[in-house]
Amino acid sequence: MRTFEYHAPQTIDDALRLLQAGESARPVAGGTDLVVQMKERATRFPYPETIVSLDRVSELRFIETGGDALRIGAGATMTDVAADSTVRAHYPALAEGAGVVGSLQTMNMATIGGNLCNAAPSADTAPSLLVYGADTVIIGPKGRRTLAIADFFRGPGLTALEPGELLAELRLSAQPASTGSIYQRNTPRKQMDIAVVGVAVALTLASDTIERARVALGAVAPTPVRATAAEAALMGQPATEETFARAAEAAATEDASPIDDVRASAAFRRHLVKVITSRLLVQAAARAKDNR
Amino acid sequence: MPKQLISLTINGTPREVTVEPSWTLLETTREALNLTGPKEGCGTGDCGACSMIVDGRLVTSCLMLAPQANGRRVTTIEGLQTNGTLDPVQQAFIETGGLQCGFCIPGMIMAARDLLDRNDNPSPKEIRDGLAGNLCRCTGYTKIYEAVELAAQRIRGGD
Repeated sequence: MRTFEYHAPQTIDDALRLLQAGESARPVAGGTDLVVQMKERATRFPYPETIVSLDRVSELRFIETGGDALRIGAGATMTDVAADSTVRAHYPALAEGAGVVGSLQTMNMATIGGNLCNAAPSADTAPSLLVYGADTVIIGPKGRRTLAIADFFRGPGLTALEPGELLAELRLSAQPASTGSIYQRNTPRKQMDIAVVGVAVALTLASDTIERARVALGAVAPTPVRATAAEAALMGQPATEETFARAAEAAATEDASPIDDVRASAAFRRHLVKVITSRLLVQAAARAKDNR
Repeated sequence: MPKQLISLTINGTPREVTVEPSWTLLETTREALNLTGPKEGCGTGDCGACSMIVDGRLVTSCLMLAPQANGRRVTTIEGLQTNGTLDPVQQAFIETGGLQCGFCIPGMIMAARDLLDRNDNPSPKEIRDGLAGNLCRCTGYTKIYEAVELAAQRIRGGD
C-alpha cells in the first residue's frame, strides 16, 4: 500500500478537526472496504494522503435504548449489531443483515457506519434500515444534523456526507405492535459473498389486514431503495398469498432497476426480487402474528 | 511519511516496533517481528490465512493497519503453544491429518481456536460457520472439520 499520514483520535471533536484537511483526509473504521480499495488503488476518490482511524473513538461505539428509540453508534461492529439482544428482538431484519456480512473476521472488524458510508448498492444493513425508517445523525464542522436513511445514499459509493462530516449514529424508532420484519439475500455461497439481491420487509397487521408495509431492495438500483410500488400493493389489503404475489411482482417490475453485471443478469435479479419478496412477505406476516 | 513507534503485546510478550502507517498488522508481524506463521493469501480479507486474535476478536490481519494494533494484545499461531506443548486444536489437526499443503492452516487453527473459545460444543453447522472465513484451496475441509470436533471433545474433557 502507498503510504499516508496516520492519526488515531480518541474523540469525535478531534476526528472532525483532523478531517478538515478536506478530500485528501479520509476516515477509516474497520478497514474491510477502504483498506482493500487502497490496496487495489480502487478508491472512488484520490488516494488518501491522511487516514483518520476511528477505532479509538469510543463515543462512536455503542448500542443503547433511549426513550422509545434505539441508538446505534456508527462504530458498532457487525458482530455488535448482530448479537445485540434489543436489535434481535425488535429489529430482527437488521440483525439478519449485519449477521451475513463477509465472515466472522469481517463482522468483527466492519462497522455499521462503514457499511453505510461505503454505500455499496448491496450493503446488507441498508434495506433493513430503510424499512425501519432509521435516521442518520451526521456531525460536521457546522454542527449536527439528522437525515433520513432514504436520503443518505446518493449513488454507488456516494452519500449525502459533505467533506469533513462523519456519520455518528443511527436512530431507530419503535416499531408498531403486530409488526413482523425480516431480511434475506441471495448469494451463490452462504458466506463470504456479496448480495446478488437483498430484500427487507416490515409488515404491520391489524387482524389480517395489512395496516402498514415497508419493503426495501438491495443490489437492484444505484442505491438501496424503498420498493414503493410493492408497498402500495400491500397497504390496506388482506395478508394473503395473492396480495403478496402482486406486491412481489410490483417490486420486480416497477421498483427494481437492476443491471447486468458479474454477479447476475438484470433479468435474473428481477426474478430473485419477485421470489424473495413473496417468500419474505409470508414470513414477515407470520412474525407479525407472533408479535401481537 | 514519518514512521511510527507502536507497542503491542504479541503472544504475551510486550514489543515495540517502528512501522510505516501503511503497513498492515500482517506485514508487521511477518517482516518486523519475524513471526511468519500467519500467511498472506489474498491480501483482501477473503481467505482468512492471516487470521489472528486481537483483543479477543478474530480478525484478518491483512486488513488491519499496523498502528491500529498499537496497545493491543495480539495472538498469532505461534502463541498457541504453552512451553512447547501444542494447543489441543494444533494437536488435533496433526492427529486427524487436517491439512494438505498447509498454507491455510495457521489461519484455520486461529479461527477454530476462536470458535472453541466461544463454544466448546459446536454442531457440524457451527463448525462450518466458524471456519467460513477461511479458505482451503486443497479443499481439505472434511479432515479439518474432524480436527475441530476432536479438539472440542478434548477441550470439554471427553478425550
